[in-house]
Amino acid sequence: MDLIRITDVQKTYKTGTVALYDIDLTISKGDFVFVIGASGSGKSTLIKMLYREEKPDKGSIMIGGINVAKLKNRKVYILRRKIGVVFQDFKLLPKLTVYENVAFAMEVFNYDKKKIHHRVMEVLELVGLKNKARMYPDQLSGGEQQRVVIARAIVNNPKLLICDEPTGNLDPDTSMGIMKVLDDINKMGTTIVMTTHNRDIVNAMKKRVVVLHEGKIVQDYERGKYYEVV
Amino acid sequence: MKLFRSINRYFRDAGKSVVRNFSLSLASISCITITLIVVALSIVLSYNVEHMAEHVSSNTSIVVFLDEDATENQIEQVKNNLVRIDNVGEVTPKTKEEWAKEVREKDKIISIAIDSWPAGENHLMYSYVVKVKDINEIDNTASIIEKIDNVSYINYGKEYISSVITIFDVIKKVCIGGVVALILVTAFLIANTIKLAIFSRKTEIEIMRLVGASNMAIKVPFIIEGSFIGFIGSIIPIVLTFYGYNALYNFLDGKLFSSSLGELVEPYPFILYTSLILLVIGLLVGMFGSYNAVKKYLKI
Ligand SMILES: Nc1ncnc2c1ncn2[C@@H]1O[C@H](COP(=O)(O)OP(=O)(O)O)[C@@H](O)[C@H]1O
Ligand SMILES: [Mg+2]
Repeated sequence: MDLIRITDVQKTYKTGTVALYDIDLTISKGDFVFVIGASGSGKSTLIKMLYREEKPDKGSIMIGGINVAKLKNRKVYILRRKIGVVFQDFKLLPKLTVYENVAFAMEVFNYDKKKIHHRVMEVLELVGLKNKARMYPDQLSGGEQQRVVIARAIVNNPKLLICDEPTGNLDPDTSMGIMKVLDDINKMGTTIVMTTHNRDIVNAMKKRVVVLHEGKIVQDYERGKYYEVV
Repeated sequence: MKLFRSINRYFRDAGKSVVRNFSLSLASISCITITLIVVALSIVLSYNVEHMAEHVSSNTSIVVFLDEDATENQIEQVKNNLVRIDNVGEVTPKTKEEWAKEVREKDKIISIAIDSWPAGENHLMYSYVVKVKDINEIDNTASIIEKIDNVSYINYGKEYISSVITIFDVIKKVCIGGVVALILVTAFLIANTIKLAIFSRKTEIEIMRLVGASNMAIKVPFIIEGSFIGFIGSIIPIVLTFYGYNALYNFLDGKLFSSSLGELVEPYPFILYTSLILLVIGLLVGMFGSYNAVKKYLKI
């Protein structure tokens, strides 16, 4: 079954830059999809339209029955509750502990403390940070900070996890650790869309690869490898 | 139960947030404090000036002396004419005998002169004491009264009154003008301080949106936080008003120029109302400032 169906999408920024055009893409439930392409090819723009940070000027984006392209500003939260987002620059709150940063995402739902505690500890264990719950972000390494962000992104059990260059600031070993965590999450049923520059990661993972070139999808491989598309 | 829990959490989080962002909160709080002190001073000043002006107005009267040979009929006629004038309030007759008594008490020599008059004779004049409604119109009213038949002459402290009126008018205008200007400046300052404080929390708002908080759920904590800041900001001005005005009133014994002209407004309930006004302004400014600043980040 399709979780994401993008039809004939075009995005022009206010500056006049056409960041994306003629985009058609379907992603099934449970898929793991890499979006690759040179810098400026439109990867982040595509990601931003998935979580409705940007709106397309043409076409439709259906995610789990929601027409994201037509979603009203005050209804955006309904979409956001179904997806988790991970960035290259981690976006953690520096004055909150690891635990509080993850719990922050659950407090939106007014769950009781016990339930929040139980679930936060569960995801912290999943990303391997159970013993660092009381630390502050600046006491953690880059890889660990990114794990916190991933924990926060999945704490509410989203159907879809989207990641914009989650390993962009990390060294190769740390990056592979992050990929292991993402692969585990995908195996538990969460659909993942991830942009990257890193050919080693793409080659190692052997997942579907969508290639963007100057705002257009030029290739789409099942179980692709990076070298095939360069 | 769930609603109760979430309201409770909103307030707790707002408190935490004020503490967590203390230096920025402090900037907003000081801004509100300064504004409210200015507002408090302006309320105290203008209210007192108004009070004094009213006191002067309500106690200002024109004394109308009638011709010595006016008959009872004519005296009555003058009164009818007086009450018909728009700006005339209370009209009280003052007989020759009353004048004689008053003059006697004031001056010994005149008192001897009056005593030397043969019994039953009184060369003082019958008069009316006329109160005016609008003191600013007193000159007009006086000239109308002067033209009434059988009115000999009138007396009202012309120079004195008009200079008092002018002074009060100037104080009031300066007060209002200065206060409006100051409030505008500080309002601008507050808006910017709160905007700055919230700008530094852009990431927080972004993350809230990212994890699925509705716009309402994002705004409410900031509005509550704003009201906290407004509340804290109004404490010092309220305390100052409360103790300051009481102390001033007691120190001056309730009078400004040690005359009934400079009578101050009594502390109660005046300072209670003023405090309430300060609190409400503080809360509103804090809430609207926050709401306005956060609104900007909820549009995409
Ligand atoms: N907010 C923006 N305003 C204007 N132009 C933008 C904006 N964001 C991205 N662009 C432009 O859109 C194009 C695609 O950018 P982006 O999606 O960030 O590419 P990538 O993530 O693949 O590097 C680039 O030419 C970029 O300059
Ligand atoms: Mg990018």
